[in-house]
Amino acid sequence: MTTDDTVEAKPARTVKCVVWDLDHTLWQGVLLEDGDVPLRPGVREVIEELDRRGILQSVASRNDGEAATRALERHALLDYFLYPQINWNAKSSSVREIAAALNLGLDAFAFVDDDPFERGEVAHEIPELLVLDAAEATGLPQRTEFTPRFVTDDSAKRRAMYRADQVRGEVEREYTGPKEEFLATLDMTFTIAPAAEEDLRRAEELTVRTNQLNTTGYTYSYEELDAFRKSPDHELLVARLTDRYGPYGTIGLVLIERGSDTWEIKLLLMSCRVMSRGVGGVLITYLRQRAKDAGVRLVAEFVPNGRNRMMFVTYKFSQFRETGRDGNLVRLEADLTEVPPFPAYMKVSVPAGTGGDR
Amino acid sequence: MADTKQTIRDFLAQFFGDHQLADDEDIFATGFVNSLFVMQLVLFVENEFSMTIADEDLEMANFRTVSAIEALVARKHTTVVS
Repeated sequence: MTTDDTVEAKPARTVKCVVWDLDHTLWQGVLLEDGDVPLRPGVREVIEELDRRGILQSVASRNDGEAATRALERHALLDYFLYPQINWNAKSSSVREIAAALNLGLDAFAFVDDDPFERGEVAHEIPELLVLDAAEATGLPQRTEFTPRFVTDDSAKRRAMYRADQVRGEVEREYTGPKEEFLATLDMTFTIAPAAEEDLRRAEELTVRTNQLNTTGYTYSYEELDAFRKSPDHELLVARLTDRYGPYGTIGLVLIERGSDTWEIKLLLMSCRVMSRGVGGVLITYLRQRAKDAGVRLVAEFVPNGRNRMMFVTYKFSQFRETGRDGNLVRLEADLTEVPPFPAYMKVSVPAGTGGDR
Repeated sequence: MADTKQTIRDFLAQFFGDHQLADDEDIFATGFVNSLFVMQLVLFVENEFSMTIADEDLEMANFRTVSAIEALVARKHTTVVS
């Protein structure tokens, strides 16, 4: 169980995004000299396989933007790459751009280039990056760093979800009105449902991948989650979000332990991808309403990990007060006198008969 | 401390658009908490006024209005000086 982000506790590296060079790496030859550049053998298969595993991909190439984009289109590969950086800047700065756009840490990135100079520059500027020679490209799927612990339905859709994020981001930047009005234009539907068996892989994956929007950092195995799902003393809920640009997939998870007079929130987490959507408080509001209807106390645990302060603030502003500390662990209890309605800028769908008709 | 209030109003303007917040107007009128907004608000106060907000001060009451935020800032700065 990992509840903090110290170096010692760091799990084995898993690459979440691969950044490809183009000339002599993705394809043979130099585009601006040779014009017609066939793909290097095996590269297409690698790109398709990484995509299936939910590993994102991008491009950092010193090239002419238009010519390179056309060449990628000809090879029917353009769609695989998010935020491609085709310019004359240092490749380290291109990699940083991609990481910032995707909101992922640089230690989750790999960079593939045939040129030792470029590899050296990037490795020097970003030491935490995994830097690989193009000669190793076809072996990527065999490496452990490129073998995620989980390949779920959401994995194969991850690229499409990030692509939709890219469109949302562009629309959001152009929108100048108040934030809540913008959120209202998204037509969001937030669905809370009991976890089904087919949700468990993704639920397990969420407990492992989510640091920032995670109240306790407790991780549970598939089997443990399945037991909670069937236990009469527990409730395991998943949350999904969709908007006009498409589904975000399963982005939230809650585990409650239900005693006769007290319900305890053991775990409450949200994917970072929905951080800007203002949905963090929805699950908490829902739980407060449920507890109020059931006439029970609602308590929660919080374990700080240096990155999850947002969840503590959300609890505190949602009328939870501190009732005690146990080492690192903070105990909180909710005041259920007044439970606010769900935000007007989204539709919230909850399990039948559990306080959603407000 | 008119400047403090203006700084706070300028920050809030990006969330409330053209709506001019009065000093005692409830920022959380609906009662619903948007996690990202409250975090941005807390970080803004900490960075802008060079202070750390302790866990016990992370209460909606301290952030509910422009005046309340100003009072929190003033209280913290007094504590540091004395």
